[in-house]
Amino acid sequence: MFALFENPRLRGGIHAEEHKSETSPHGIVTDFPLPKKLYIPVQQHVGKPAEPVVKVGEKVLKGQLLAYSQGTISAPVHAPTSGIIADVKDFPAPHPSALPIRTVVIESDGKEQWAELTIPDDPFQLDPEEICERVGAAGVVGLGGAVFPSAVKLSLGRKNKIHTLLINAGECEPYLTCDDRLMQERAGEIVGGIRLMLRGMDAPKAMVGIEDNKPEAFQAMQMASRDFPNIVVAQVPTRYPMGWDRQMLRYLTGQEIPADGRATDIGVVVHNVATAFAVYQAICLGRPLISRVVTVSGAAVAKPRNVEVPIGTLMSEVLAYCGLEKSKMARLVMGGPMMGDALPIAEVPVVKACNGILALSHADIDEPPVQPCIRCSSCVTACPVGLLPLEMASRIKANQLDSAVDLGLKDCISCGSCSYVCPSNIPLVHYFKFASGELVKRQQAEHKSDQTKRLIEDRNNRMERIRLEAEAEALRAQEARAARLAAQQAQQAQQAKAEETA
Amino acid sequence: MSSKPISGPHVAATRRVDQIMRLVIIALAPATALGVLLFGWPALYLLAVTVLSAMAFEGFCLKLKGVPAMPYLRDGSAIVTGLLVVMTLPPWAPWWIGVVGSAIAIILGKHVYGGLGQNLFNPAMLARVALLISFPIEMTTWANVSPLLTGPGVIDSLAITFGGLDNTDAVTGATTLGLVKTEFSQNHLLPSILSDYSGFLAFIGWERGSLGETSSLLLLGGGIWLMRQGVIKWHGPLALLATIFLLSSIFHLWDSKHYLSPWVHLNSGAVMLVAFFIVTDYVTSPNTPLGQVIFGVGCGLLIFVIRSWGGYPEGTGFAILLMNAVTPLIDHYIRPRIYGRYRNGKPLDITNP
Repeated sequence: MFALFENPRLRGGIHAEEHKSETSPHGIVTDFPLPKKLYIPVQQHVGKPAEPVVKVGEKVLKGQLLAYSQGTISAPVHAPTSGIIADVKDFPAPHPSALPIRTVVIESDGKEQWAELTIPDDPFQLDPEEICERVGAAGVVGLGGAVFPSAVKLSLGRKNKIHTLLINAGECEPYLTCDDRLMQERAGEIVGGIRLMLRGMDAPKAMVGIEDNKPEAFQAMQMASRDFPNIVVAQVPTRYPMGWDRQMLRYLTGQEIPADGRATDIGVVVHNVATAFAVYQAICLGRPLISRVVTVSGAAVAKPRNVEVPIGTLMSEVLAYCGLEKSKMARLVMGGPMMGDALPIAEVPVVKACNGILALSHADIDEPPVQPCIRCSSCVTACPVGLLPLEMASRIKANQLDSAVDLGLKDCISCGSCSYVCPSNIPLVHYFKFASGELVKRQQAEHKSDQTKRLIEDRNNRMERIRLEAEAEALRAQEARAARLAAQQAQQAQQAKAEETA
Repeated sequence: MSSKPISGPHVAATRRVDQIMRLVIIALAPATALGVLLFGWPALYLLAVTVLSAMAFEGFCLKLKGVPAMPYLRDGSAIVTGLLVVMTLPPWAPWWIGVVGSAIAIILGKHVYGGLGQNLFNPAMLARVALLISFPIEMTTWANVSPLLTGPGVIDSLAITFGGLDNTDAVTGATTLGLVKTEFSQNHLLPSILSDYSGFLAFIGWERGSLGETSSLLLLGGGIWLMRQGVIKWHGPLALLATIFLLSSIFHLWDSKHYLSPWVHLNSGAVMLVAFFIVTDYVTSPNTPLGQVIFGVGCGLLIFVIRSWGGYPEGTGFAILLMNAVTPLIDHYIRPRIYGRYRNGKPLDITNP
């Protein structure tokens, strides 16, 4: 209240109950028992799904390629352990719908036999192109949740003259501490990954933004990077959604990314801190991305921990390992409680995007009834983007989508700050997601009708062309006939003349 | 576990509408209590009648609307409205003034528009203005300060509130603003008009006036407490108070015979109540901080204009209603800047330094 003028670099945001102390004091559990079966979806990234290269019954080694990347924006997936390919089938995905997607099932043989790994002599002397290539081949994607193929970002960065690599270590979501622990325990590797990324993009400097509720991680990172003056480790205030890359960028540099642009447009590339670790593993150890640290927490979990699990482990197994009390669980969430997805079943695999598995109890998700909006404008204060959530929601309620778009619907990042603070418990984000879906539907319908129109027009044109061609053909034939006739006549005349003269 | 797709966030802040209303009631309580203390049992009766009738009208409207009344009645918004209505009434006003005020506020001010959150005008201010215009005598008969213990007793007070007030002149007088307005009309000039005025007593609230408006101290305290609780923001109140302060200072310095000093302005009438509890009304004030500043400045300006040159001694009710009418316009034009865009909504230009 006494901050008369807000920091212009830090708009909106909320301070949610952190719930981080349940997991942050405990080290990362690295001896998670290897599951019997692993389910590896071929699509764990933004872009085209990978194409399986293994056959059922084939023996694979740990780290072996299972499905290769297709197209420019895609990423391969690798075997998290050695074993037999049991099946390639459709299996429920870790998605609110739990719809099945193509999944490679491995039956582990328990030997953990590594495939042959290529480890460069001096990773920091590799060509930038080489770095990008190896990162891409290792299937590294953005581990903050966006799962955009990292190699694509690195090459984009190299082409666009980057001045800053921003490492997002905000971890602003409540409950989650996997990046926090990773920085505390593996800061050296992370800094190695950052240096490789800098080299891969020809970028001069990197900035690491860490929320100030993680002082140990901050110190560890500072220690690890003290020999590299081009890596700046900075603390940022603890205020959700600080981990929104654009917010962190604005806070640290004062720069804003234009609404219709990308970070590269202003010379910045943003990567998650866990991605930096994956890059280190991919280049320095030659290991593809086949495991990740996951925060398992929530009131229904007896032993909340950060666990390093192989990709493809069923969430139900991870939860059981951490002592899930099934009767207490009211909602299963993948990711953080603010933006994570509620999953209908726990028998879905851990994927690259999965930074948290939360088993929330009824007390955690207390859902009071929805009351009318009292226009308290808490949502306006909380919105980090600068939107008017209450106005947008009332427009959407009245089915005035266009006017909601005018108010900035498309700029909404679905961070959930507005829903969080709403005293009437109005599901604002729900409205916005619904409206965005409607817009897509409408666009598709428009596209379809345009397409139909175009096809009809094409057909008409084609018919017209055929008709004209036929006419022209007929005309030509007629002319040819006439010419032939004339020639015949001329010949006859000549003959007659010749006969005459003869 | 539910199988319905649920959108995040999966956790929520704990402050709810009824809690906000409760905090507002707590913030209003000291000023109301002082009103009861200063003006005795009649004030207490009026308070009870007004608040209870406000709740009754709320329940009645909800019933007509066909929705279950209890969840809405429990949110406390009707109590806040009733409380704000009675705080602006003369403390010894007859009971039906309170009932009519509640009816105007709840039925005409709120439910005609669709209920909680839908109204254009502040219900309490609407009631105040409607009563002032309709019943000028009852609404400008101000009881002298007659504290609970030394004033009329429990039974006599029943007669005052429910039976009608006789021997009016013996126990009533004018408020500071009313006195000034009448004296001006008789061509008297300022310093002498206010010879009995004590700035200190006006500040703590020991003066004639509406039931809950007299004490600047307690209203200011309640308001600041609400700010610290995060229920209201500082923009509107500060803008209003600063505007009145600035305008009255300028005019007072220029001609102190005809224009009241800022101290009198700020400590008379409904200014403090309006600044912290009406200007900050969520429903009828703009959404954005800048909008709230404009709203506050507008209210302050209108209050000063009506007080100084208008026909009424006090102009807060009119000022608020006029600015309420402008709120949708302010909200239309004053919007926060969206990330990555200029104020006009165009995306920022791409500049790679």
